[in-house]
Amino acid sequence: MTEDQSAGQQPPQVRSDDNPSLVFGWIRAFGRFWWDFLIGDTPELFVGAVAVIGVLAVLSSKPGLRTIAAFVAPVLVAGVLTASVYRAARRRTS
Amino acid sequence: MATTTSTGSLVLVTAVFLASAVEMVEALTIVLAVGVTRGWKSAFEGVAVALVALAGLVLLFGPALVHYVPLSVLRLVVGGLLLVFGLQWLRKAILRAAGLKAKHDEDAIFAQQVAELSVAAPTSGRDATAFAVAFKGVFLEGLEVVVIVITLGTTSHRLGLAAIAAGAAALVVLIVGLVVHRQLSGVPENAMKMGVGLMLVSFGTFWAAEGVHVTWPGTDLAIPALVAFYGLVAWVLVAALRHDTAEEPAGLAASGEALHD
Repeated sequence: MTEDQSAGQQPPQVRSDDNPSLVFGWIRAFGRFWWDFLIGDTPELFVGAVAVIGVLAVLSSKPGLRTIAAFVAPVLVAGVLTASVYRAARRRTS
Repeated sequence: MATTTSTGSLVLVTAVFLASAVEMVEALTIVLAVGVTRGWKSAFEGVAVALVALAGLVLLFGPALVHYVPLSVLRLVVGGLLLVFGLQWLRKAILRAAGLKAKHDEDAIFAQQVAELSVAAPTSGRDATAFAVAFKGVFLEGLEVVVIVITLGTTSHRLGLAAIAAGAAALVVLIVGLVVHRQLSGVPENAMKMGVGLMLVSFGTFWAAEGVHVTWPGTDLAIPALVAFYGLVAWVLVAALRHDTAEEPAGLAASGEALHD
């Protein structure tokens, strides 16, 4: 306990600082929820999914490749899944 | 056209129903532990308030997304979310099926919850601890269901159908749980999670690709084809991992992970 607190002096600005910290805490908690929800301990899945969508966007920018992109999409997603599963398997067995 | 629409609806209802059932089985374990140790009144109050809060989230965000966000943007963002979310579910289910990750043990979780709740004696009147634990159990497990209902429901313009499927699953699990009056440890949770993961990844691939203007042959009929393809990939991965771990048995020992994971 500080000397100011022990003397019972509680400046009003301390109370006004509570609100920004409360809001900041809510924002942090909201951010942490989405971080855990989307990334958590598998950042490679998030990065892989974004990369797959990027590749599909590039392919489908050319109208002639839009149907081919439909066949490429599941192959790329399966590749991301396989890489992540084997990454986890290696970590568990090493 | 009617065939593709009904196929999409069937896959949607199955995905939401299974996802909701899996999460509600986990919530039921917590609620039963609360009811058995602290009494049922406060436990039911916690469940009711949590269900109302979850329904409120669906009503608040579902129609708002449909009305104010362009469909192509919605499909791209929601497809991306479902893809990441589904890949996480599928990855865990594959690792569990291959024996590289501890399976979700409802019996152990129930025993742990009962031990924790039995420490403090129940008070007379409203039991704040029972209410809070039941509320948190249902609300936190239900949040994933809300995300699935909103994302699948809004992008396919079948929010009502998705919500009904989730509600039906919650009701079925609740009734079965109350009838047998014990945690549902016999439910094949990993198989259900595998199924949900396959469907979420399939929907995610379909809508994320549609969001960037990919043309799917057969439109909605591509979804069951994607489910079948990813099912085959999952089966091959499980078989390959089992083969690898059979050659290296020491790897199986590394399964001391959190039960709730």
